[in-house]
Amino acid sequence: MAAEMIIDMIKTYSGRVPIQARLRYDVEASTVLILFGPSGSGKTTILRSVAGLEWPEEGRIQFLSRTWLDTKSGIRVSPQDRQIGYMPQDYALFPTYSVAGNIAYGLGALASQDRNRRVAEVVELFQLQGLEAAKPRELSGGQQQRVALARAVAPRPQLLLLDEPLSALDAPTRLQLRGELRSLLKQLALPSIIVTHDWAEALTMGDVMAVMGEGQIHQVGKPHEVFSRPADAEVARIVGVEMVVQGQVIENENGLATVAVNGTRLKGLSSDAIGAAVYVCIRAEDVVLEPAGSGMTSARNHLKGVVCDIAPQGVMVQVTIDCGFLLTATVTRRAVEDLCLVPGVSVIAAIKAGAVHLVPRSVA
Amino acid sequence: MNWTAIWVTFKLASLTAGVLLIVGLLIAYWLTFSKWRWKFIVESVVALPLVLPPTVLGFYILVAIGPHSPVGRLYSDLVGHPLPFTFEGLLLASILYSLPFAVQPFAAAFEQVDRRLIEASWTLGVSKVATFFKLIVPLSMAGLVTGAVLSFAHTLGEFGVVLMVGGNIEGETRTVSIDIYDEVQVLNYAGAAKTALLLLAVSYGVLLLVYAMNRKVWAVWPQK
Repeated sequence: MAAEMIIDMIKTYSGRVPIQARLRYDVEASTVLILFGPSGSGKTTILRSVAGLEWPEEGRIQFLSRTWLDTKSGIRVSPQDRQIGYMPQDYALFPTYSVAGNIAYGLGALASQDRNRRVAEVVELFQLQGLEAAKPRELSGGQQQRVALARAVAPRPQLLLLDEPLSALDAPTRLQLRGELRSLLKQLALPSIIVTHDWAEALTMGDVMAVMGEGQIHQVGKPHEVFSRPADAEVARIVGVEMVVQGQVIENENGLATVAVNGTRLKGLSSDAIGAAVYVCIRAEDVVLEPAGSGMTSARNHLKGVVCDIAPQGVMVQVTIDCGFLLTATVTRRAVEDLCLVPGVSVIAAIKAGAVHLVPRSVA
Repeated sequence: MNWTAIWVTFKLASLTAGVLLIVGLLIAYWLTFSKWRWKFIVESVVALPLVLPPTVLGFYILVAIGPHSPVGRLYSDLVGHPLPFTFEGLLLASILYSLPFAVQPFAAAFEQVDRRLIEASWTLGVSKVATFFKLIVPLSMAGLVTGAVLSFAHTLGEFGVVLMVGGNIEGETRTVSIDIYDEVQVLNYAGAAKTALLLLAVSYGVLLLVYAMNRKVWAVWPQK
């Protein structure tokens, strides 16, 4: 039997758009599926249905060779019997238990010696040494997140489910843990499903991404492909970032990085430890077009290019420019007329360094 | 002081609180976590002793366990004597009479346990029953103690139900509150005063314990 995950479900809530999700993807040892979408799009409901905490009215959920839910044949596997690790958005650490107690909580089936050994192992893996006796309320947000993850991982689950794993953290911690979480997931060699609405998290951590909106799955694919080639306008609107291209950091000084993309050099803001391989993300509305040969502006990036496509989108027009890589700019119809933009015309695309987002990319 | 009556009363109150700790816990768990839409019917039945005159409650219990009812007949066939006017009959009546005093604080405490914690426990492979003992009980401890203590204290002072169901049998169903009434009837105010003071002191002590521990769980007084 093929190693795959099948989710095909309908769940309705009164007064809300019904959630109808169909999703099927290949699962390898460490495949990370990203459920991406705005809040209220139904991604948490899907995650909870996979966990066995919500019961879709109709559908089938199958993980590898195991069927967890099949309403047609009446199969309903309880969350206890699914062998999953689940981390809710606010971690739900048990307040009456210590860090070690939380981690040991799901290890009741082990003999006490084995249990202690496993707790020690997990404590070390998540760098929680010295905090074993602490109660959850005494921990920082980042520590709580690690304990919650350690607790979920300790019973050696077959599938890890993380609901907005980083959203409860402050921005600097989130940035730091984003990279750590990815390498940890790869190290654990554990398939996982991560719910997020943050495109940088999706790009950093995901192998497969499903874009959700209004209770439906709109597109499934590799994250950078989905971002750079949204299937339709709805997906483009949901993901919000029009351009995701692979780049190489050449120089990184005082938070300003120079990145090479297909021979074109770009300046973008970066954190210190970003690494050489990055995704360069630019929103089309952040790209300003100027006639070729115009004067200086404050923008750090002036890319010479040739217009290759002009596509009206409502009151705006999407202009695609080839400047070593394909860049999209959203401008008004009036701007297209003023600049006499037609395919073949040379223009300069100006982008502020702050609008060039760099996201670490793992080199396969 | 009538030490026999005091002994009967404390035995009755302890057993009532003990039984309610088990029965009340089950009812409260069901009331809190059931999604049955008609469960308010059960909630209202449980709360009935709060508003019903004890004599009315006592009357119905008396009829229900009397020799003319199937339950009463079954009991006297099994045990050999009828249920009314015995300690066991009084215990049953006390349990019903104090039911809301146990169930309501229990249910309020369960209600405050974050569902996400319970779900997290389930996903860690821990059964519903084990989750109840490992997680829900420790988190509701204050409410459980409150319920047990309140039903104990409430049973100490019951009068109407005892009179209807238990009668006034020395060493069997004659409780402190009945004893006080009898003392006053024979104009022995000194005897009544001593017993009354004891009951007052115990009741006050018990409530001190409850409100010192928490005022969230059973808010007779407004929450701060």
